[in-house]
Amino acid sequence: MSHRFLATILNSDKVKIGILLKEGPYNHQAADTAYKFAEAAIKKGHTVDAVFLYNDGVINATNLTDPPQDDRNIADRWSKMAKEHGVEILACIAASKRRGITDDIMIDGGSITGLGTLTDIAIRNDRLLTFGD
Amino acid sequence: MLHTINTSPFESPAMEECIRFVQQGDPVLFIENGVYAVQNGNRFTDAIAALQKTSPVYALQPDLDARGISIVAPGVKGIGYDGFVDLVEAHQVNSWL
Amino acid sequence: MEDNVKKIMHVMRRAPHGSIYTYEGLEMILIMAAYEQDLSIAFIGDGVYALKKNQDTEGISMKGFAKTFMALDGYDVEKLYVDRVSLEERGLTEDDLLVDVELLDSVEIGRRMTEQDVVIHH
Repeated sequence: MSHRFLATILNSDKVKIGILLKEGPYNHQAADTAYKFAEAAIKKGHTVDAVFLYNDGVINATNLTDPPQDDRNIADRWSKMAKEHGVEILACIAASKRRGITDDIMIDGGSITGLGTLTDIAIRNDRLLTFGD
Repeated sequence: MLHTINTSPFESPAMEECIRFVQQGDPVLFIENGVYAVQNGNRFTDAIAALQKTSPVYALQPDLDARGISIVAPGVKGIGYDGFVDLVEAHQVNSWL
Repeated sequence: MEDNVKKIMHVMRRAPHGSIYTYEGLEMILIMAAYEQDLSIAFIGDGVYALKKNQDTEGISMKGFAKTFMALDGYDVEKLYVDRVSLEERGLTEDDLLVDVELLDSVEIGRRMTEQDVVIHH
């Protein structure tokens, strides 16, 4: 039995997941739940393809946040997840423009894109989960 | 289809709306402030019992713990984020924000 | 229908203007419409207010978007479902709505929801 075939069998129950995050950090638990879910999914061997940030969710992608030392750093967590697990962190351009989020202040591993990309994410993944208020 | 509810039923009509659309056998998962719905003995306990006649009902344990909810309505199962992932693996998702 | 066409349902659940969710939801729908997916929109709860006739947002300095709902037809978004209970409990009838919709019972909307690949609430 070839390795590739074996890998296909072993991964047959794995799903590809896209996440739509519609609330900003700290104000609402949505960004935390989305992160904890993504972390657990990756640990179980599923693929988290992308986190698409919409509405106030785009505020997750600014590198200007500076929470107190004893609090979680939500922006850093997304950045690490992007680098370590190849999860695309994508902020909607129209929503970003409304809220002052630009390429200049984007977290490492994050980028700005259009709603067409969200449509692609919906098409190419097995699941699209929404987190928000 | 997995239905998730993340708002307190005391604050939002999300749970009552969701329950009207849930199909027989569809699992329902309470997360975030949604978990207040399954605290045993509140005014939604009967609704949770009725829902369980046709749907399995889950609540995210870390959210229950964070809110000091130690006794949940009979039949409601506490699960972790890994259990949430298992439900998503098995079902498409409908998040009643 | 082709394999790569997904069934995507947008669920409008909030009243317009008081928050941006309905408006940005509509922007999302308009972009997705260009991708030739199998789109539908369900109006549930306060979401039915988005379709109310005679909305005049001039006094609150916000862009009205009721007309955009009327234009969805031109984007080939033709499946508009309104939850009968939500409409009735708000004292509204189909005559109060801007566009032609399918007025459906919760069970039927629920059945159509379970057929979807993706459901997004706004």
